[in-house]
Amino acid sequence: MPSVSKAAVLALPLARRTPHRLGDPAIWFFAVLIAVLLLLVANPILRLVWDSFHTAEGQWSLQSYAQALGRSRNLQALLNSLYLGAAVTALALLLGVPLALAVSRTNMPGRGFTHLSVLAAFVMPNFLGAIAWILLAGPNAGWLNRLVVELLGTAKGPFNIFSFWGLAFVIALYTYPLIYVFTKSALDLVSTELEDAASIHGAGKFQTMARVTLPLVLPSIVGAAILIFLEAIALYGTPALIAIPARINLATTQIVSFFQYPLQVERAAAFSMPILLLTIVLLMLQRRLLARRGYVSVSGKGGERRPFDIGLWKWLLLGYSVLVALLTVILPLAILILASLSKAWGRGLSLDNLTLANFHSIFFEQLTVRAAILNTVLYSGATALVCVGMGICVAYATQRRITPFPTFVQFMALAPVAVPGLILAIGLYAAYAGPPFSLYGMGVLIVIAFTTRFLPISVAASSAGVRALNPELEEAVRILGGGRLTVLTQVVAPLLKKTLVGAFILVFVICTKELSTAVFLTGPESRVVSVLTLDLSEQGNYETLAAMGVVLVVIVTIVVGIGMRLAGRDFMLRRS
Amino acid sequence: MSKLELRNLSKRYGATPVVDAVSLQLQRGELVTLLGPSGCGKTTTLRMIAGFIEPSDGTIVVDGAEISSPARSVSPEHRGMSMIFQSYAIWPNMTVAQNVGFGLRVRKTADAEIARRVAEMLDVVKLGALAQRYPAELSGGQQQRVALARAMIVRPEVLLLDEPLSNLDANLREEMATEIRRLHDQFHFTTVYVTHDQAEAMAISDRIAVLHQGRLEQIDTPWNLYNRPRTPFVAGFIGKTNLVEGELDGDRLRLDGLAAGFALPGGAAGGARLLASIRPQSLYLDAAPAGAVALGDVAVVGRTYLGEYWNYLVRPSGGGASLKVHAAPSTVLEIGQRSTIYVDPGAVAAIQ
Repeated sequence: MPSVSKAAVLALPLARRTPHRLGDPAIWFFAVLIAVLLLLVANPILRLVWDSFHTAEGQWSLQSYAQALGRSRNLQALLNSLYLGAAVTALALLLGVPLALAVSRTNMPGRGFTHLSVLAAFVMPNFLGAIAWILLAGPNAGWLNRLVVELLGTAKGPFNIFSFWGLAFVIALYTYPLIYVFTKSALDLVSTELEDAASIHGAGKFQTMARVTLPLVLPSIVGAAILIFLEAIALYGTPALIAIPARINLATTQIVSFFQYPLQVERAAAFSMPILLLTIVLLMLQRRLLARRGYVSVSGKGGERRPFDIGLWKWLLLGYSVLVALLTVILPLAILILASLSKAWGRGLSLDNLTLANFHSIFFEQLTVRAAILNTVLYSGATALVCVGMGICVAYATQRRITPFPTFVQFMALAPVAVPGLILAIGLYAAYAGPPFSLYGMGVLIVIAFTTRFLPISVAASSAGVRALNPELEEAVRILGGGRLTVLTQVVAPLLKKTLVGAFILVFVICTKELSTAVFLTGPESRVVSVLTLDLSEQGNYETLAAMGVVLVVIVTIVVGIGMRLAGRDFMLRRS
Repeated sequence: MSKLELRNLSKRYGATPVVDAVSLQLQRGELVTLLGPSGCGKTTTLRMIAGFIEPSDGTIVVDGAEISSPARSVSPEHRGMSMIFQSYAIWPNMTVAQNVGFGLRVRKTADAEIARRVAEMLDVVKLGALAQRYPAELSGGQQQRVALARAMIVRPEVLLLDEPLSNLDANLREEMATEIRRLHDQFHFTTVYVTHDQAEAMAISDRIAVLHQGRLEQIDTPWNLYNRPRTPFVAGFIGKTNLVEGELDGDRLRLDGLAAGFALPGGAAGGARLLASIRPQSLYLDAAPAGAVALGDVAVVGRTYLGEYWNYLVRPSGGGASLKVHAAPSTVLEIGQRSTIYVDPGAVAAIQ
């Protein structure tokens, strides 16, 4: 049967043309896809769990757990991470909630500016922000400190970024966009009538905000807070840059220390288990919270939304928004640009300190930096391509129930969300770095790692898109003789172009920022900008580092700009 | 051999039978309508014929070959049928010409041949000038025609239509119904048409299958369905009617509450009691045409004047159910007035 063309088949009388189910190429395609998916997702995680329970020789043993969790230093690291998570969450809430309120519900001027500033904070990589703040608020040479010393004549400046709160501050600056997005999405659904009802009963503006509007979106805020907490405890880049000099031991820095000589993969795996379990539990809690959307609007639709007039408070809010923009984007970018144009950044701002030599060096002399930039763009682009391609296929297969056990397959596709990047990297290292795959140091391993980590984004976006399609459009293809693959390529994918472009850009941007997943897996040939940042920072080579950072930010901004042109202005800050 | 046959076709969701042992046969070139109220199972039956739903019981046979059964069903893409959906399902990312030519492209027809046949078909549905337009630029009626062209160009084994006219306004509906019938007469595809609108069904069908709660009540020509309904549901669903009980004595029927009996042409099987369906326009008050038989006295208990006729509600003097009578505008009776009621015996349908 497979050797006969479709046309000839359809021309036969019906009695002779009924092919066997296994002759359909679509079935094979989706079967292979699901197998690849399971391999991608299940392999590292299972390997991780397996390694935690075995010695390096392969014997069953709990000694890794004893060694990892038995020492008080290691337990202290876990505790420190939990404190850090709480601190970051508090700060991020402080940053994100007022801004979301201001943009979504009030008549504060400059709402477009605020929205753009949040987008910029999202695009800015965590580690670059950390570098910028080291340059700004380092205890001796930080420019803010030197400014205070000059202006006020004190002995030394008040800011020390190498501290617990300095660390929490920097992390919060670049994770708060998540709070903003979740809160704003929920607030956008609240009808103004609810606030009007409060006003009529005599509630003042502040009271209305506090007692009517905010409680309605509390589940979304708490849901976002949980995600921030999890991201903070799983972060490596900023802790590596700030916590290590500050001698604060965190879970992630502890894990990485297990990977230094001598290599103790099993101990790292065992140490990761509590974090993994905590992540899973908190995510389940978060899902249950957000499932109860009945809080937001009874009728389902948002209803009329008018900006709420807050009188003179709007200037205060605008000032706050400008302050946040200064702290997250304006000051850091300014200092990075200045440092990148300096011969020696410590010498301060003066005309004889300006030079373009750093940029010249990274493009034409320091081949490691140029290679890192190229690698970052290449790997991010490749990952985004694979994620989008696989994402639409998996989404289509599970939404239309083409494969058996569609719910399980969808769960597998979204499972990596529950695994912190660093821990996933351990699993990937255990699974692929050594024999039989021996992929350590190769670019392919990075792409595999990133794909595993970020496929859920693409699957979620594509699933939402497929769900919104009228099924009759697909049925019309099938009744005219087109198989499932024809439906996917000729109708579903073209109709979801915007969604797919948006997903591509989103995954691309996130990949450029990613450090935790790449840190164990890059070798000399496959270095990326994020990991190189750590090396350059250790060397104290801030000028080159700043130049590299500026180039990366420019590239990503261009890509995001193209994305906004192609997929609509809002695609990055939409909750999927 | 029939073209399409449904043998005891059933579909259950849980314990609820949505389609219940439906059996019917379509001859080649016939246009049969599945007619019934919402929830009667007509769309489910159509989708089982198309292959989107698998039957719980029974089989579907096309040209003698079984294509649907609980054990195995041929997938929709291999049935060689085509379908017009309620939402038209015209692909917005393709032009009119690309939409219409899609089925031919799947069948790997040569490009020149596709272009020729698409142009031909677009002329048939009178859309020749709009070949390069996109669906967003078309009106509802035009999209409907694109759907028709797309479905017919592949010369399907069976053409399926799922309430294609329900999204159109009344004037357009009539025009498109005529169009569909015209195209059927031109191409003679075996067609299954689903609708809840009985006027539409009567206008275009060769035969109509009336479905009620998943069961096939009656399948017959429009004339027989209207004048010889075989179940109370069919009698009440197609047009308005009076359902009256009566005593059968040999071949004479005497209705409850009315003194006189009359000879029932064609006789009736069964016992002494009978349920009869009599259309309001086959009953007469005061004056009656030749051939009508007087039944007895009635009193007028209600009346509405509708311009073209009076709608009277009368109660027989001997008790029994009230009867609806459509009388000519000149027949004016007051409420409470007594009158004689006549019936046209040939228009009385006996229902089991």
